[in-house]
Amino acid sequence: MARVLLFGRLRDLAGWRERRFTPAPASLAALKAMIRLQDEALADALDGPGVQAAVDKVLARGDAALAAGSEVAFLPPMSGG
Amino acid sequence: MIRLIGETFDPGAALNAFSGGRTVTGAVASFLGIARGEPGRPVALELEAYPGFTEARIAALINTAIDRFGLQDAQVIHRVGPIPPGEPIVLVLTAAPHRREAFEACDFLMDYLKSRAPFWKKEYGPDGERWVEPTTRDLSDIERWT
Repeated sequence: MARVLLFGRLRDLAGWRERRFTPAPASLAALKAMIRLQDEALADALDGPGVQAAVDKVLARGDAALAAGSEVAFLPPMSGG
Repeated sequence: MIRLIGETFDPGAALNAFSGGRTVTGAVASFLGIARGEPGRPVALELEAYPGFTEARIAALINTAIDRFGLQDAQVIHRVGPIPPGEPIVLVLTAAPHRREAFEACDFLMDYLKSRAPFWKKEYGPDGERWVEPTTRDLSDIERWT
């Protein structure tokens, strides 16, 4: 199982904030492939400009391995202040 | 220190608490960001954070600023949730022996908060709602520090 969190416009696009994906995907790429089967528009947005991923609250560069129970967050361009 | 806060706060009290009791600090600089409305166009903001991750990223940013500018201390207070026009959004405080380092570190921290800190900002105006993303200006501002 992987726990997936969406933030900002990605959450509005998908219509959900948090979802569990089973069986546990072995990598970020495998998780994105699972998401693509359910929602192609969301999968395209996850690969869009400026979208970053964090695995267990650490920014992931490129593809990353996932452990069972990993928390994966997809982060659109950030804007604070 | 980083504090995320879900309601309005008193920037003056925070500045007093931060600057009080310092005997080897010559300069405290502050920046206060306020939710900006425009005349006849009320805009409310809503800020979303990623609890745990957002604090960790800002704590790392504060440590970078402390090392880079030789600060004695720095603090960020940042709102989350709905923010009506006129209320404080962010307060950055820096303490250093001399003013230049305090000013520059404050500027540096704000530039990074604008486009690199994990917040997502939605604007609710008369024309509906929209997600705010860093502007060209925000992105060129941060280039000054590389």
